[in-house]
Amino acid sequence: MNFNFTEEQLMIQQAARDFAQRELIKDVIERDEKAEYPTQHVKTMAELGFLGMLVDPRWDGGGMDTVSYVLAMEEISKVDASCSVIMSVNNSLVCYGLEAFGNDVQREKYLKPLARGEKIGAFLLSEPEAGSDATRQHTLAEDKGDYYLVNGTKNWITNGNTAGTYLVIAQTHPEKGHKGINCLIVDRNSEGISVGPHENKMGMRSSDTHSVMFTDVKVPKENRIGEDGFGFKFAMKTLEGGRIGIAAQALGIASGALERAVQYAKERKAFGTVIANHQAIAFKLADMAVKVENARNLCLKAAWLKDQHLPYGVASSYAKYYAAEIAMEVTTQAVQIHGGYGYVKEYHVERLMREAKLTQIYEGTSEIQQIVISRDLLKD
Amino acid sequence: MKILVCMSNVPDTTTKVRFTDGNTRLDAAGIQWIINPWDELALTRALELKDAGAISAVEVINVGPALTEATLRKALAIGADKAWRIDAETADGYQVAQLLAQWLKDQAFDILLAGVESSDYNSSGVGIMLAALAGIPSVSNVSGLSIEGGQVILKREIEGGQQQLKAHGPFLAVVQKGIALEPRIPSMRGIMTARTKPLEVVPAHPVAARTAYQAFSLPQPKGSCRMVDPEQPDELFRLLHEEARVI
Repeated sequence: MNFNFTEEQLMIQQAARDFAQRELIKDVIERDEKAEYPTQHVKTMAELGFLGMLVDPRWDGGGMDTVSYVLAMEEISKVDASCSVIMSVNNSLVCYGLEAFGNDVQREKYLKPLARGEKIGAFLLSEPEAGSDATRQHTLAEDKGDYYLVNGTKNWITNGNTAGTYLVIAQTHPEKGHKGINCLIVDRNSEGISVGPHENKMGMRSSDTHSVMFTDVKVPKENRIGEDGFGFKFAMKTLEGGRIGIAAQALGIASGALERAVQYAKERKAFGTVIANHQAIAFKLADMAVKVENARNLCLKAAWLKDQHLPYGVASSYAKYYAAEIAMEVTTQAVQIHGGYGYVKEYHVERLMREAKLTQIYEGTSEIQQIVISRDLLKD
Repeated sequence: MKILVCMSNVPDTTTKVRFTDGNTRLDAAGIQWIINPWDELALTRALELKDAGAISAVEVINVGPALTEATLRKALAIGADKAWRIDAETADGYQVAQLLAQWLKDQAFDILLAGVESSDYNSSGVGIMLAALAGIPSVSNVSGLSIEGGQVILKREIEGGQQQLKAHGPFLAVVQKGIALEPRIPSMRGIMTARTKPLEVVPAHPVAARTAYQAFSLPQPKGSCRMVDPEQPDELFRLLHEEARVI
């Protein structure tokens, strides 16, 4: 076992830390409050190469490994999970899906601008009545010979309005159930697409989450990813990788809260000494630190497995489940350590707590991760 | 036109400094090394000039053991074209300047940049000594460097104002705050291409140090701030008189 990072991995971690601590921190509270999209920061993330960091340089990406990606995600999420979710969706769902399962024509046309960050991608799976149960897709992609005719509504779409390229999961053969589902690459500007209002969310308010409605949208046949009926498998395979991104995001939210709690505990005085000297606080910090370290190790293990081309689906569920759960616990304790100050916005930890909640819900709820883990455990 | 940036490898500025060997040596255990912040700003300015097409190449050099190659590669990732490392453990600034001057004899740079000091030992000597030993002029307190129509223009901070001057290479500028706004963050592409850029290791000639550190000591920890109720000015006077003993 080698727990040392390479020089390049450390450089990427530092670059992400510098970007987050220098740039994102400046307006993170204000953007959260106003639910304002981080246009300039996304541009900078594109220039620095964070938006396509996992993509092969052949397709204009950074060619970084998944371990580097976890390190970068953690640093950015410590400060701003809205920016890190934009990065995660673009990298591990959209770019990864196209790179792993698209053909060269699709990669050339759609992956390259996404990897360069010139365009942002969105992954359209959830529907008003199909969240965790992704087999029940109501959105239809009717086969019309040389094109698909898409009708339906997608919900909770990260980058829903800003994305230039959508990966849309839709049902082509309802009689075949989940084996009739396809994934289509859809240009955001296609006729018949309308985007709902910005969702007024509890946390990650600076990322744009929307419903997207499709009314008789024509999608060329060549925009289907893989064989006819490959869509459900595509979604599940892609989400396996996506889970590492969100696990690392939850890790970053937790470790950001821990750092702030440690700093505050060393400054704040009560009963004649800094509160870090009170065992009630010190032991809380110890528990938080162990949880963060465990989450980090699970994230890195899943990333390492992916980099070694070994099966990582279950490992990514372990990481996502645990990191999301402890992110909620650690951020809640960070607020507790801050007392009244933790409940106001200037101290960041209340925002981290609101952000943590989402990591238990999206890209597979904690309960879905429990299903994946227990099924693996109990299989014959 | 070619620029050489002299880089020092220093502990991260948030490092908790500890000493070893009877307080004569920095305890390097667990230290994260970075490019000296003033040198990093010098590099940033050099790269800005290269991006603007005003110069053709930026190279960086460091005198140090192999562990300093990480910061040299960071310089390459940020955009330097080539890195050099003179392979030596040095004990003082004179040794560093002498090694650099000997190496410089076979090189041709138009502008040499050195940060005003290193953030670890703060000796502020290498830049000026290097210029003297290499027999080239130097300009101190440089806070601005631009090239217009092939003409180098320097801005210097002087007592109560600024001075602007034209310079002809080769010369060395000791640069300080203001030379660039913020250091650059390397891009993923930059980090990838750093692997393919040259990092040349040069054996060092024997040069003796002229000074040796006798001992280091840490400053007293800063006292904490005491808050006094504005309604109780007598208490403030009592504290200033009896505890701080300033009145």
